[in-house]
Amino acid sequence: MEFEAVIGMEVHVQLNCKSKVFCGCSTNFHAPPNTNVCSVCLGMPGAMPVLNREMVTKSVAVGLALDCTISRWSKMDRKNYFYPDQSKNYQISQYDLPINHDGFLDIEVDGKSKRIGITRAHMEEDTARNTHTLGGGHSGVDFNRCGLPLLEIVTEPDIRSADEAFAFLTELKQILQYLGVSDCNMEEGALRAEANISIRPKGTEPFGTKTEVKNVASFSGTYKAIEYEIARQTQVLNEGGKVIQETRGWDDDRGVTFSQRAKESAHDYRYFPEPDLVPIVVDEAWEKSIHELQPELPAPRRARMVADYGLSVYDAGVLTQTRAMADYFEATTALAPDAKKVANWITGDLQALISNAEGDIRVIKITPTQLAAMINLIEDGTISGKIAKEVLVDMFQSGDDPKAIIEAKGLVQISDTGELEQRIAAVLATHPAQVEEFRSGKEKVIGFLVGQVMKATQGKANPKMVNEILRKQLSN
Amino acid sequence: MSDWFNKTAFEIREAVAQGDVSAREVTTSFLDRIEAVDGAVGAYTQLWNDDALAQADAVDAKVKAGEALGALAGVPISLKELICTTSGETTCSSRILNGFQSPYNATVTKKLLAADAIVLGKVNMDEFAMGSSTENSAIQKTANPWKLSCVPGGSSGGSAASVASATSALSFGSDTGGSIRQPAAFCGCVGLKPTYGRVSRYGLVAFASSLDQIGPLSKDVRDAALALNVITGKDPLDATSADLPAEDFTQALTGDVKGLKIGLPKEYFVDALSSEVRTMVEASIEVLKAQGAEFVEISLPHTDYAVAVYYIVAPAEASANLARFDGVRYGFRHPDAKNVAELYVKTKTEGYGKEVQRRIMLGTYVLSSGYYDAYYLKAQKVRTLIKQDFDEAFKQCDVILTPTAPAPAFTMGEKSSDPLEMYLNDIFTISANLAGIPGISLPCGLSESGLPVGLQLLGKAFDEATLLRTAHCYEANAGISLGTPPIA
Ligand SMILES: [Zn+2]
Repeated sequence: MEFEAVIGMEVHVQLNCKSKVFCGCSTNFHAPPNTNVCSVCLGMPGAMPVLNREMVTKSVAVGLALDCTISRWSKMDRKNYFYPDQSKNYQISQYDLPINHDGFLDIEVDGKSKRIGITRAHMEEDTARNTHTLGGGHSGVDFNRCGLPLLEIVTEPDIRSADEAFAFLTELKQILQYLGVSDCNMEEGALRAEANISIRPKGTEPFGTKTEVKNVASFSGTYKAIEYEIARQTQVLNEGGKVIQETRGWDDDRGVTFSQRAKESAHDYRYFPEPDLVPIVVDEAWEKSIHELQPELPAPRRARMVADYGLSVYDAGVLTQTRAMADYFEATTALAPDAKKVANWITGDLQALISNAEGDIRVIKITPTQLAAMINLIEDGTISGKIAKEVLVDMFQSGDDPKAIIEAKGLVQISDTGELEQRIAAVLATHPAQVEEFRSGKEKVIGFLVGQVMKATQGKANPKMVNEILRKQLSN
Repeated sequence: MSDWFNKTAFEIREAVAQGDVSAREVTTSFLDRIEAVDGAVGAYTQLWNDDALAQADAVDAKVKAGEALGALAGVPISLKELICTTSGETTCSSRILNGFQSPYNATVTKKLLAADAIVLGKVNMDEFAMGSSTENSAIQKTANPWKLSCVPGGSSGGSAASVASATSALSFGSDTGGSIRQPAAFCGCVGLKPTYGRVSRYGLVAFASSLDQIGPLSKDVRDAALALNVITGKDPLDATSADLPAEDFTQALTGDVKGLKIGLPKEYFVDALSSEVRTMVEASIEVLKAQGAEFVEISLPHTDYAVAVYYIVAPAEASANLARFDGVRYGFRHPDAKNVAELYVKTKTEGYGKEVQRRIMLGTYVLSSGYYDAYYLKAQKVRTLIKQDFDEAFKQCDVILTPTAPAPAFTMGEKSSDPLEMYLNDIFTISANLAGIPGISLPCGLSESGLPVGLQLLGKAFDEATLLRTAHCYEANAGISLGTPPIA
């Protein structure tokens, strides 16, 4: 039988607020264990939560980016469960009135656009980290992470394949980074994706029994886990078995999912409104002020890049991967009008330099102004493209202006016709055999001769002029 | 040495400020009084003699230096076991918090210290404020100073017994369903529950967060007004605290109630009310009438449901509030637990008393899936109706007058075996918490058996001024001065 996958995602995003959701503690959870803690996040008797306004602002920003309806009136609830990853044995979350609901995100797979429904995106506090490696029969609890601002984004079961899931996560991450609300570091748990996966015979409506795959540390892991899970469930059903509702983990080394906990739905969290907090009111004015500060998001920016600069869809996609790179591109091309060339320099040589240095375009020494100046120096013939590559390396290391580097190193291109004629004549004189070959019809040999000229001029000869003069002298 | 312990907070503050007496002398007078009578009463669970004297000396130094004095300078006070203090322990009279030292002071504690009050120590209560007799304390029994075989009421029984036996000039308790007003009535003192949000709850160990409110117990109404001045105010640490302009409530005590409309809810003058209490409350109506107040009969039609609603909402919130006491981070931890689940079960089973366990189970049940709508949600809806009853009633009157409790203090052990009968003690006080409005209990006489009887006044939300004015006028004209009981 042919099956179709039905997938919904739950994505937990740590919002990069300065302080925790309900207290003034720093959100730096890399500090030594239990140093960024206070009476509130430790759940001391009598301590009370106060909602961080920045948390609401950033949550609404995400909601707006996902085309959600923003709740004018929402509230926090207590989610009760006993486990030592919460100081109070309840988590403050949002139950029936999430701050954002009913939105969508459009993704593109194989050139086709698809809309993924967003059920809700609600605010909650992160849990503490448990470690079981202390020995001596003890487990450790680090409350630095307890109370960090967390936004849980839940999709409709609209996703049909691992490719779509991957595209969704990539697009979502890009949006979050554009908004500047999260550093989205998956290894550090700033972004945690869970997939609810079930399959059903193609063309039928009812959902099959789902499994929930948790604790996957990368998007590619999620992709592989979904592929695996679809195959596994298909095999179970084809063999006449039944899929068991359960939570499954992902073993990246072995490339398999494995059973962790049966029947998640058996949990009764006994949600009720958090009486220590007042309702959250986001009025039109507040929503508007957040809306006005929204940056241009990746999808519209990609479209605009294609329209405004004549870039290919591919180039636009690469350049908009991060807001910083797109900003860098636009700042550069404002001063160096050949957008295609600017794009090539940024996605090619510059990106390679950054990657090799494990750097970040936001903090590199080369400014867009300098890069534009360098590109313009090629355009006006001052340096050759080949020399420019060398200059760029120097700029990347020193942060100096291209002009200063070129002058200091004597890299200015030789575009003086007289000088070039002399140099070329000298090269031809020392290679009579090749000259003969050319004249007897072996046109290809001109490449060798150009190379010899460049070598003689340490690459500084204007290649276009070399070509012209060579042909002229050869045809004499 | 004169009996400073018999003076009001107001008088003490005046005398200390005038230099008529030193704070040390006042404090010593109270410490001696505690030494003399608290063995029999058992109000204090912790006594901080040295700290108290050091605080007194600091006040005296201020007086000497001519520095500005706080509003409670030199006034010896006590705090209920659930108000967080960095001094001593904060146990909620529970085994599960035995030895627990709070890392911070409650906002109310900070305000009292800033007002130069002298904290003598902490006083007993029903475990986690669950009870109406202070018999649910895991620490000790507290007696009613008027009759030692009787209960002082609860849950702020230690506070009421302490003020009544003159071992503190003021005590600060908490009221979730009558826990300040009912013991005040039983012990013959004044007990004020402010409007929900009037006083910060930060550092009050929560029983039921949407109902709890800290308030003073005092010898008279003026002291209640003075104490309220000190503890009110918006607290950035308590999101539910109200942001209102500061008021001097002592200025409200004009003695004038002419034209004031006082409502008498017919649902409160019912069979459950003892005839003795009814007679005394009716007499109090005459006192206020003689001063020019007008009385109107009003109706609070959903009164009958108040106890049922309360015993769903309060345990539900408590079941979550008390979840944190699990032996993981602080407090009692059962030594024999072999894994996390066992740690929770054993710690809580041995750490909590019966009544606390009963309410946690009740609260867990009403929040459970499948029962939530029928219990918790329905209770919240009825709570809204009860609140609307008061909104309607206050269109016809400024203040509501009722008895505080159906009968005077009962004998120890008399009701401790029947929780339902115990719960009915709060039928007149619970509604004010559900509606969030302020209430005050003040003495209106002694019963035939020599036990105090309390009169309750309820006011509009954030209109403590009118409430205190009415209470003060009654107190000034009723000619009832219970004085300090002979403790024996
Ligand atoms: Zn904290």
